[in-house]
Amino acid sequence: MSINLTTHNLVVEFGALRALGPVSIQIQAGQFVAIVGPSGCGKSTLIRVLAGLQAASFGEARLGEQIIRQPSMRVGMMFQSANLMPWRTVMDNIALPLELAGISSIERQAAVYDLLPLLNLEDFAKAYPDELSGGMAQRVALGRVLIQKPDVLLLDEPFGALDAMTREQISLDLLAMWARDRQTAVMVTHDIHEAVLLSDRVLVMSPRPGQIVEDIAVDLPRPRHIEQTYDTEFAYLAQTIRKAIRL
Amino acid sequence: MFALPLPRNNKRGIFMQQTLEISKQNSVQQRIAKYNRLLWRLGRGRPISFSLVLILWYWVAHSGKVKSFLLPTPEAVFETFHRVLTDGDNVFDSTLWYHTSATLGRVLPGLAIGLTIGISLGYIIAKSPLLETLLSPIVVAFQSMPIVAYAPVLVIWFGTGSQSKILTCVLIVFFPMLMNTIVGIRSVPQNLRDLMKMYRASRWQMFRKLEVPAALPILLTGMKTSATLSVIGAVVGEFIVANEGLGVLITEARGSYNTPLVFVSAISMSALASTLYSIVAFIERRFMRR
Ligand SMILES: Nc1ncnc2c1ncn2[C@@H]1O[C@H](COP(=O)(O)OP(=O)(O)OP(=O)(O)O)[C@@H](O)[C@H]1O
Ligand SMILES: [Mg+2]
Repeated sequence: MSINLTTHNLVVEFGALRALGPVSIQIQAGQFVAIVGPSGCGKSTLIRVLAGLQAASFGEARLGEQIIRQPSMRVGMMFQSANLMPWRTVMDNIALPLELAGISSIERQAAVYDLLPLLNLEDFAKAYPDELSGGMAQRVALGRVLIQKPDVLLLDEPFGALDAMTREQISLDLLAMWARDRQTAVMVTHDIHEAVLLSDRVLVMSPRPGQIVEDIAVDLPRPRHIEQTYDTEFAYLAQTIRKAIRL
Repeated sequence: MFALPLPRNNKRGIFMQQTLEISKQNSVQQRIAKYNRLLWRLGRGRPISFSLVLILWYWVAHSGKVKSFLLPTPEAVFETFHRVLTDGDNVFDSTLWYHTSATLGRVLPGLAIGLTIGISLGYIIAKSPLLETLLSPIVVAFQSMPIVAYAPVLVIWFGTGSQSKILTCVLIVFFPMLMNTIVGIRSVPQNLRDLMKMYRASRWQMFRKLEVPAALPILLTGMKTSATLSVIGAVVGEFIVANEGLGVLITEARGSYNTPLVFVSAISMSALASTLYSIVAFIERRFMRR
């Protein structure tokens, strides 16, 4: 069951420095929202508040009706780096959330083996992270998020460190998996192209302290595919966003 | 001594990625083979380097330029070693075994206590900036005092028995373990801590599933340093006053100008420390092996 995500006059300050806000957004259940904005404007901070890793200084963020005060198992997060544990195999990295939740090793194995083909990682269950390419490592991280069956996906530039081709492929993979379960998804990205290709809605933030300056609906038909990027409508949306960032 | 497999760079170009994905199965085996070759080379290297020292020693001792009470010949040392190993008559009524096990009987508890204190205190300090500001000046002040200078005081306080030797051992052993624990726990990436928080990991899970494995290479390095120093710690205690132990043996041997016995005692200490080191190194290889 996906769930609404809202913030109301959310502000985050680090000492005297206002890093974010005020930000008020409503994200409907099952919506895929992309957030773009200049570096240092508070995108990661916003994601961390939604994740329950960072406390709000003023205002609030809610998951459904509940004010977010701590991380929730309903929320899965992907970081900019794959963030794998180098001493664990691919299998054990993906199973980590289940392991921490106290699920038996047999059930964990079964769950991981169900997921590996979707991630294109069948042959690497026993491999260690330092034997993986950057793209494969991020697919492991994606598996680790999906295995907890989250209702919300928080993605903080998850593919930022990948080369363009790998990145396009893996974001389409992500989109396919999102289309099955329709989690509420919030993705921070620097890539306007990626934002338009994946999302229902693009939020553009101002420089620090970041506020939402533009809320652009992306009404392109789903399922999305690469060919759409050549459409005039796509180009127009990308152009609108680019202008909004320059604002 | 044994290199740990270092994390390799993950950023590779796309072409590199493809070739790597193809040759994946091979590369794992290749790495194991390379590791085995390294171990083999080290296993081979040790006898060779020891032999070289022995030859040099033999050559200098037999050159006639050095008096034999300054540098005994290897044969004389070996002969003494053989004698004291079995026959206690010339070693103050006790065999070498007796003295070695007496020292070991202080080193082992000293090491155990020292490591425990070092790890616990290190963990607390790594976690609490307040405790760090409070405790680190004391620890550093203590550590910069030469232990030989205050060891006699420990004997006055704790008596001439084993206690004071265990204590000197503890004091020497705990510091490297403390420092390595602090560094190890601090080196755990914040990103991985956040990740664990996302899954609502308990304190214990955070410790057991993240901090311990992440800090393990550094903790083991600390243990190796501590294991090597532990013998020195106990022997320093034995130097002050004791009835048995390698520290006593070497003091008495020196007092009676029995240079070969001084050598035997020194080599025994070194062998003891090397053995302890090797045990930790063995554990390390067991843990780090993939
Ligand atoms: N823990 C912290 N303590 C102090 N200041 C912080 C902290 N985290 C972030 N900041 C500051 O808050 C501001 C916003 O940071 P944030 O990481 O959210 O930016 P961002 O939009 O994600 O940037 P980028 O696109 O480069 O990732 C920055 O000026 C940063 O220096
Ligand atoms: Mg960021």
